[in-house]
Amino acid sequence: MRRALLPLLGALVLLAPVAFASDYHLFQLTLAVAYAIAILGLNLVSGYNGQVSLGHGAFYAIGAYLSAVLMNNYGVPYWATIPVSALVCAAFGFAVGLPALRLGGLYLALVTFALAVAVPQVLKVNALGPWTGGAQGIVLDKPDAPFGLPISSDQWLYLFSLAIAAVLFLLARNLVRGRIGRAMMAVRDHALAAEAMGVPIAMLKTRTFAISAMYTGIAGAIGAIAVAFVAPDSFDVFLSIYLFAGLVVGGVGSLLGPVFGALFVQFIPNLAQSVSKSAPGAVYGVILIAFLYFMPDGVAGALHRGVAAWTQRRAASLPDEETRGALAADAPIPTPSEGGKARVG
Amino acid sequence: MAGLLHQILSGLASGGIYASVALALVMIYQATHHVNFAQGEMATFSTFIALALIHAGLPYWIAFFATVVISFAIGVAIERLLLRPMADAPVLSSVGVFIGLLLIFNACSGWFFGYTIKRFPSPFEGSGGHGGFLGGYVSPHELGSTAVTLVMLLGVYLFFRHTRLGLAMRAAAYNPVSSRLVGIRVGWMLALGWGLAAAIGAVAGMMIAPIVFLDPNMMGGILLYAFAAALLGGIANPLGAVIGGFAVGIIENVGGAYIVGPELKLTLALAVIAAVLVIKPSGLLGRTVVGRV
Repeated sequence: MRRALLPLLGALVLLAPVAFASDYHLFQLTLAVAYAIAILGLNLVSGYNGQVSLGHGAFYAIGAYLSAVLMNNYGVPYWATIPVSALVCAAFGFAVGLPALRLGGLYLALVTFALAVAVPQVLKVNALGPWTGGAQGIVLDKPDAPFGLPISSDQWLYLFSLAIAAVLFLLARNLVRGRIGRAMMAVRDHALAAEAMGVPIAMLKTRTFAISAMYTGIAGAIGAIAVAFVAPDSFDVFLSIYLFAGLVVGGVGSLLGPVFGALFVQFIPNLAQSVSKSAPGAVYGVILIAFLYFMPDGVAGALHRGVAAWTQRRAASLPDEETRGALAADAPIPTPSEGGKARVG
Repeated sequence: MAGLLHQILSGLASGGIYASVALALVMIYQATHHVNFAQGEMATFSTFIALALIHAGLPYWIAFFATVVISFAIGVAIERLLLRPMADAPVLSSVGVFIGLLLIFNACSGWFFGYTIKRFPSPFEGSGGHGGFLGGYVSPHELGSTAVTLVMLLGVYLFFRHTRLGLAMRAAAYNPVSSRLVGIRVGWMLALGWGLAAAIGAVAGMMIAPIVFLDPNMMGGILLYAFAAALLGGIANPLGAVIGGFAVGIIENVGGAYIVGPELKLTLALAVIAAVLVIKPSGLLGRTVVGRV
């Protein structure tokens, strides 16, 4: 009963905006869903596998551009572009991860940072102009709701992205709670021990990176469909950095973390922009450093700790064995702040 | 042929700047195994300080040295205040702090000095307006900035090689525990290293600004070339970083002119990084690190 209640409540909270929010707010929430998927992808590789990536904006850009080009130049329906973006980004992620993840340490961070800096320039190249539209980018049409549903296109896109996100979160949950997820965390916490246990470190890291790139590519495709516009300058290195900041603030190594991280990435700049043009960057920087010092497991981690403390107090006051068992099953996954002190790589 | 010579010479000029930034990166990496992703934005911020001092009426060279001193102080302060507590933190946290610094310095540059692209004066472009040296292949600024970076690199080399303080800093980076036992204040040596790296970055920023113009994102691309340079030379080898810097400068200019075109110069740096990682991950002069299990 208790286990069914929480997801039901969550679904209600997620669906409520369709009925109550304006189209503009729904559009913002759709982008937040896209960011949540992107940060979830980043979390798989950086949070669970311990390999820092500073270039996930590049995969977001590739997903977005693929989707836009397929729709604009080849008339592919918007929903059919998403699997293509997913596959291409996964392959590209594998290709990037292959040289960088053979080596431990910071090489992946270096390579992905370089990738994020280089990507906008590639998108502007004249030779690709017929497809990418150069510096001007591509303007798309916003898709209408299908089957003659009586909802606006923003309402439809919110539901559409939410459905994709639900599937992807479920898949990620199953991945990290299964055998592969345990291997991923073992590599993060103690690569040497993991290798001794028979985990093929380099291959596992590269595959995780490919899946992570796939998630972020899907997010980019959703973003392009929702914004109905792509241009090289929306995908500069700061997109990657904001995704990274969202990951840290939301909660590294937690499935709920990307949700908070996405809300942070989507809504904090709007709030800060009203102060000054440079405020978003400074606010991001200060919040990021403050979280690293005072709350390294992010919003989700703090929430987990709060809930754990609360249920423990309740369990202590309840002698009922069955309740206690049910409560123990809700125990949070350990976050890197508890288990990941060891230097990775 | 003349065109190629011209590209090589101006590649050497920008290579000196990449070499300086790469050296700053490698110095910090050697001592702490951290890659300073904020190196570029710190240098940009320093360059803005220099421009503000020049606009305030100071002569160029006084502003130059004042900026170097201020940057040194900023570097020391950052190490003491922000990075000391992160010494044993997981990789994600230390990278996060550098990214936070990058965002803060970038925003502060824009906040204090504005986002419009600014001209930065060069001390080597006199009012005479002479065409250049070596038969017009090299502009006065290219020659002057190469001289400044070479003098600085030589100075850094002599400092580390022939002074007691330089020896102490090398010792602290090489073996902190033993250094502490012989009475070296390892913490302060790290802070001095940070100050020195920030000062070197400032010089690089002031030398490149007349060429690429000054705005808050000026060093983004240059940091990328410096990464490529540091990896090419061997991430933990200062001499390698300098050689790598000049090599990347030449590759960038010649490759940009004859192979990929100026639009893909940054991708060329990415290709250099990928090639190093695939072919020789330890770089040209680096040694393979063998860990003991």
